[in-house]
Amino acid sequence: MTETPSTPPARGPAGIPPAGPPAAPGGERRHRAARVLRYVAGRLLTAAVSLFAVVVTSFFLFRILPGDPVRALTQDRAVTVEQMEAMRREFGLDQPLWQQFVDYCLGMLRFDFGISYQYRAPVTELLLDRLGPTLLLAGTGTLIAAVIGLTLGTGSAWRRGSVMDRVNTGVALTLWSVPSFWLGLLLIVALSSGAGLFPTSGMMSPGVTGTFNVALDVAHHMVLPVTTMVAVIYAQYMMVMRSSLLDEMGSDYLTTARAKGLRDALVLRRHAVPNALLPTVTLIFLELGRVLSGVILVETVFAWPGLGSLFYSGLRVPDLPIVQALFVVFAGSVIIMNLLADLVYPLLDPRVRP
Amino acid sequence: MVARQHHPRPGSRARTAPARWTAPLAAAGALAIAALPAATADAAAMADGADTDGGENTITVAASQPVDSMSPFLAQRLITTSIHRLNYDYLTNYDPQTNETIPALAESWETSEDGLTWTYQIRDDVTWSDGEPLTAEDIAWTYTTIMEDDAAGQANGSYVANFESATAPDPTTLEIELSERQATMLSLQVPIVPKHIWEQVDDFAAFNNDDEFPIVSSGPFVITGYQPNQSVTLEANKDYWRGAPEFDRVVFRYIPEKDAEVEALRSGEVSLIAGLTPAQADALEGEEHITVNNATGKRFQAFTINPGARTLDGEEFGDGHPALQDKTLRQAILRAIDKDEIVHKVYGGYAEPAEGYIPARYPMYSWSPEGDARLDFDADAANEMLDDAGYEMGDDGVRVSPDGDRLKLRMHVHNDRPDYVSIGRLMEEWLADIGIEVDNRTVDPGVLSDALHDGTYDLIFTGWSVNPDPDYVLSIHTCDALPREPGSMRGDAYFCNEDYDELYAKQLAEDGDPEKRADYIRDMQEILYDEAVVVTLTYSNMLEAYRSDVIGTMQVQPDPGGNLYGQDGHWSFSMATPAAAGGAAAGLSPGVIAGIGAAAVLALAAGGFYLWRRSATAEERE
Repeated sequence: MTETPSTPPARGPAGIPPAGPPAAPGGERRHRAARVLRYVAGRLLTAAVSLFAVVVTSFFLFRILPGDPVRALTQDRAVTVEQMEAMRREFGLDQPLWQQFVDYCLGMLRFDFGISYQYRAPVTELLLDRLGPTLLLAGTGTLIAAVIGLTLGTGSAWRRGSVMDRVNTGVALTLWSVPSFWLGLLLIVALSSGAGLFPTSGMMSPGVTGTFNVALDVAHHMVLPVTTMVAVIYAQYMMVMRSSLLDEMGSDYLTTARAKGLRDALVLRRHAVPNALLPTVTLIFLELGRVLSGVILVETVFAWPGLGSLFYSGLRVPDLPIVQALFVVFAGSVIIMNLLADLVYPLLDPRVRP
Repeated sequence: MVARQHHPRPGSRARTAPARWTAPLAAAGALAIAALPAATADAAAMADGADTDGGENTITVAASQPVDSMSPFLAQRLITTSIHRLNYDYLTNYDPQTNETIPALAESWETSEDGLTWTYQIRDDVTWSDGEPLTAEDIAWTYTTIMEDDAAGQANGSYVANFESATAPDPTTLEIELSERQATMLSLQVPIVPKHIWEQVDDFAAFNNDDEFPIVSSGPFVITGYQPNQSVTLEANKDYWRGAPEFDRVVFRYIPEKDAEVEALRSGEVSLIAGLTPAQADALEGEEHITVNNATGKRFQAFTINPGARTLDGEEFGDGHPALQDKTLRQAILRAIDKDEIVHKVYGGYAEPAEGYIPARYPMYSWSPEGDARLDFDADAANEMLDDAGYEMGDDGVRVSPDGDRLKLRMHVHNDRPDYVSIGRLMEEWLADIGIEVDNRTVDPGVLSDALHDGTYDLIFTGWSVNPDPDYVLSIHTCDALPREPGSMRGDAYFCNEDYDELYAKQLAEDGDPEKRADYIRDMQEILYDEAVVVTLTYSNMLEAYRSDVIGTMQVQPDPGGNLYGQDGHWSFSMATPAAAGGAAAGLSPGVIAGIGAAAVLALAAGGFYLWRRSATAEERE
């Protein structure tokens, strides 16, 4: 094609005229619709490209892991060479790499991540099994961390420099830098085996039946892992809330609000906090993706039967179908949350609307 | 990326929108979270049909491995094979005290003159847990399936590799035809499954045996529940032919972190843990209601020396140090190592120095060098050997081989084994004392395994668990175990010695006189020791602990000095007796504790929410 159109071609679905300079009344609105559409399409495309890159990376990244899965699985067992060859055939490891890659990509299109080497079950099934517990843990943790972080961040900023602010910031930053694995073990020693208040590990006690009893039992098992997660992640919500509220507090409109004689509490709630919330909401979205993958250590130390434990057990083999799929899920969740943040943000803040 | 947070100007929409958004979001989140436990609760109720009765006795075992498959045709891991030992019966078993072969499903057996036909008399009083009788046909079918189906042979194919056929001429007679004599016909560690259930399986590679519970079986316990990555529950088989176990239930709980396991034992959530480090065992020793079991090890720790990697056809590959092909150098390395120091410093005394290849736990096969054959720790003697053999000491304290190669050796150590890492550091010093520089590569097990199979190593750490029948661990040092092509070896040393092979064949064919077979096996160990390609260091103890307020007695195997977890039988569980006091761990009842926990979570969330909303109510009051 050598012909260059003088005006941009239509991009929207049928019925929406091509974007161009507004020519008639009502054109402004159409123009805006097209811009929004372009914005959304652009974000979707970026996300799709990133996802594709993740899929390709996931395949090749784990192929360079040292170690042969078949040898690792049969370690210390009496196996014949024929048995090992049969396993390699079953796993498809005897195929050339390009063939494995093609099979992997084709499977991916059908949401088929293959069969786990160590669990001998479809990876998709394993992921779905473990997704609930991880969402429960990560969701509860994020929610509590966000509530605590936003509350403390607001208080700290409003009374900047006070003893409370300094204590808050100090505690939050200390916990933020504590390894979650270590903190988890510490809590187990202090509150489980020490004080005997909570179970040391797992999601439920074997043999408990009845919906209500199980819900109680699960809640009981959740206390320590959720506390560990919250302790480690709330600091970032707090610090972002604090700094963006401090940004706001220098603004003229707050001085104006105060000058009108409004009470401090009202100025805070009605004027400062809503504006300061914007970056924090973005952060919460982005973190939702990251928290999902960040639970690996917490899940491992508390034997929580979620995606993190699955990833850990997969890496130990290496169980390629599992680690590949989870890499895609973890990276994909960050991409999707990023996308959601991009899409939701203009709704919250008119200044960034396309 | 979204990071637009600077200097907004006031705008009414911008100020109110977040408030309108956060409330429904929070509500939706809370709802979703409230709904999830209910969903998992239903799943749990379906997966585990067992009621918890306060009056029943349960042994809860902490397991650090996840279960791989509930199918005995596929399961490879120690955790799963241990569970299957409780769930299924075997043709024969090992005596709890002596480790010797005793009858199990087979009451008696006889061998033909040429040793190629084995006839077993099968018990007639055994039933499957669904009431069907267990017959010789079930056993023949199990073996035949493993022989004929590649997928079904994945876990236990090595036991039947030599079988021509397995048939059941009548319900109490099993006949096995062999292609070669095989001394291991009384140690076939193959779980026997019910034909009437398993013959419906089309694809053994895909069938995990975890859909229907209880799993039909004939062992002392029956698997009644399985929650992946969480727990496996077994209930006592009241009709077990050896007699019903005294414990009502055994639960295996997955706890991947060792320190968390110790805490779970302290809190009473689990009643048996294994695989303790010496430090953990010392810490638990003397604690109230906890008994530590210090068992002699069935595992040896060792390193192998690359004598020149090659294939079965003699093709050389890899880049092992050429001087290591010299037996004198290998023996000098062996002499430079102070095994007592390893026992003392690394294992805190919880180990024995190793000489022979078979751990001292098996007295029938264990061997130690005598007289001049001994290559005990003696750095001076090692230096003298090297001087005499023409290894000249360089100015930098590192020797040079007669061929002019500097003695700098790569040493691969598993970074996930703290004991190996410590031994590695000690070895660096000891080898420096005899003029060998060590390039210590403490690496991921995968890196180590690749170096071994590619022949790109000089010294490499290894270790094996040895079964009461040592045939397999001996077989991996025959010439036959050399790789057919680079990368496919199944052992851990490129060892190949005609005398050794001859003895190996003799012991395998010696199915009549156990003493004679043991003699051959001891001679094989002498060759391994003298060749110094496989250098054993220690037999480390197995350290375990259990709650003495739950478990009264537990049978060790062998007795005395044996272990509880990972036995070659089911004795520790099937013969265990509950503690007299009754057993439940001290403290509040689980229900009360659960309530406190749930309340704490809710209070935390509610507290945060209250703080969050406080300003709003303050405003309304104005």
